[in-house]
Amino acid sequence: MISKEQVKHIAKLARIRLNEKEVEKFKRELSSVLDYVEKLKEIDTENVEPISQVTGLENVMREDIPARDKKKERRSKLIKQAPRRKGDYFKVPRILE
Amino acid sequence: MNQFKNLTIERAHKGLIKKEFSAVELTRFYLDKIKKENKKYNDFISLTEDLALEQARKVDDKIARREKIKPLEGIPIAVKDNILVDGYKCTAGSKILENYIAPYDAAVIEKLKKAGAVILGKTNLDEFAMGSSTENSAFGAVKNPYDTNRVPGGSSGGSAVAVAADHCLGALGSDTGGSVRQPASFCGVVGFKPSYGMVSRCGLIAMASSLDQIGAFGKTVGDTKLIFETIQGKDELDSTTVDSSKFKIRSLKFKNLRIGIPKEYFTEGIDKEVKEKVEKAIKKFGEIGCEIKKVSLSYTDYALAVYYIIMPAEVSANLSRYDGIKYGFSSKSNNLLEHYLETRAKGFGDETRRRIMLGTYVLSAGYQEAYYKKAQRVRALIKKEFEEVFKKVEIILTPTSPTPAFKIGEKKDPLSMYLSDVFTVPASLAGLPAVSVPCGFVQGLPVGLQIIGPQFQDQLVLEVADLYEKSVNN
Repeated sequence: MISKEQVKHIAKLARIRLNEKEVEKFKRELSSVLDYVEKLKEIDTENVEPISQVTGLENVMREDIPARDKKKERRSKLIKQAPRRKGDYFKVPRILE
Repeated sequence: MNQFKNLTIERAHKGLIKKEFSAVELTRFYLDKIKKENKKYNDFISLTEDLALEQARKVDDKIARREKIKPLEGIPIAVKDNILVDGYKCTAGSKILENYIAPYDAAVIEKLKKAGAVILGKTNLDEFAMGSSTENSAFGAVKNPYDTNRVPGGSSGGSAVAVAADHCLGALGSDTGGSVRQPASFCGVVGFKPSYGMVSRCGLIAMASSLDQIGAFGKTVGDTKLIFETIQGKDELDSTTVDSSKFKIRSLKFKNLRIGIPKEYFTEGIDKEVKEKVEKAIKKFGEIGCEIKKVSLSYTDYALAVYYIIMPAEVSANLSRYDGIKYGFSSKSNNLLEHYLETRAKGFGDETRRRIMLGTYVLSAGYQEAYYKKAQRVRALIKKEFEEVFKKVEIILTPTSPTPAFKIGEKKDPLSMYLSDVFTVPASLAGLPAVSVPCGFVQGLPVGLQIIGPQFQDQLVLEVADLYEKSVNN
């Protein structure tokens, strides 16, 4: 079970605004999933190493050169998608007042 | 238009060679059919008509020049709308990417184009591929062609329906915990999730990176296999891909093929009639000389709990990129924190926000060991147990889903929706190849048989599926 305060805290960490009604709703829904996953406690994992992936590949390297598309075209396609920009720069809302 | 009825990729290829129809005619047939029927099923979000016709014309030119054409040349294919097609919208079913235009082709699209396939359009999906019913799309729910009051499964519901409703000859989907196999099962088509590492995800909009895999839908196993063979292969832009030519393919002798039936997949929660259909399919393997063995996968019951920790954790990290600054939906706020809060509150739907918050919680200070690390340990046990079982059998058979397609709006509680992935998630956590093939109907709704193989034995899985399909058709 998680509290309303915890839901508000997570939402803030995740940068998602919630209204009071949503806090209540997500508290209920997140709690039911968290209660469900509690069942993992039944399993003894004392001497088990955690895995984060399944292929066993490690430190796959490649040359650090611009790959596949060397044309300027893609750069402009990427920049053009910015909701707010000035020339080739992304515009970000003011951080310091 | 009877010449286009019940085509498969194989038959369409022959039709093109024999000049029974042109690639442009074939493409127009499907484009028209989609335009006519999309209101009913909502399986497509957008069409890539110009691109499709341009591709088709190229193929017709080749045929006119009497050049030989490859098996996928001129074949109309649908693509899940979380895979980038250069110059066309890619929404991932989300409001936050409603107007996002793909700046390049995904690796799989490059390969399909090179193979001459015709890309018809982008199919509907649960937002960011999160869901098991394709009800979570910002562009409306998709309907099951067998009963439009029911869901097609998800998250690749649009692709499954596109194949089932004959809006294309094959489709691409993505499968993180069952998102290709479960909708294939609900819509009566073949859906294959390759081993993790077989297909490049470069240009697939990321959901949970240790699980995401691009898969294929087809009307037949042969068609599905053809698409898979075209898109697979190592890619240096996806460092998790492997060189499949290194793997020894186990030689197949059906006479002594050992098939494992894990008892945990046939217990509580499974629909009685679904169970009967799957058991009948298993019997068929016995009749053609395979050895049927009872096996145990004791962690099955825990796989879903592991999945609902690891997947949201990865989701919360992957989706932090949607900040309304570089691309996508953006708030008008002039304060940075306000801007983030507003953009993500309005841009994301409920299920997406739920999973981001769940992931943020299990990764947050003080909880990581109890949830995330614990889940990673159990994941290791699940993988190990599969490896042990695959020492005793070559292949595992299970139901794909515990029930046939459920009603739209039926599963309001998120946890009950999550439970519909209970049979597909284990193979995802272990990175194994798995395919769902149709094995009959229950009250007019399709049922799927899931065939799971050892890691990187993708060919074996498809050959066994092919064997089953042929034995049923004979």
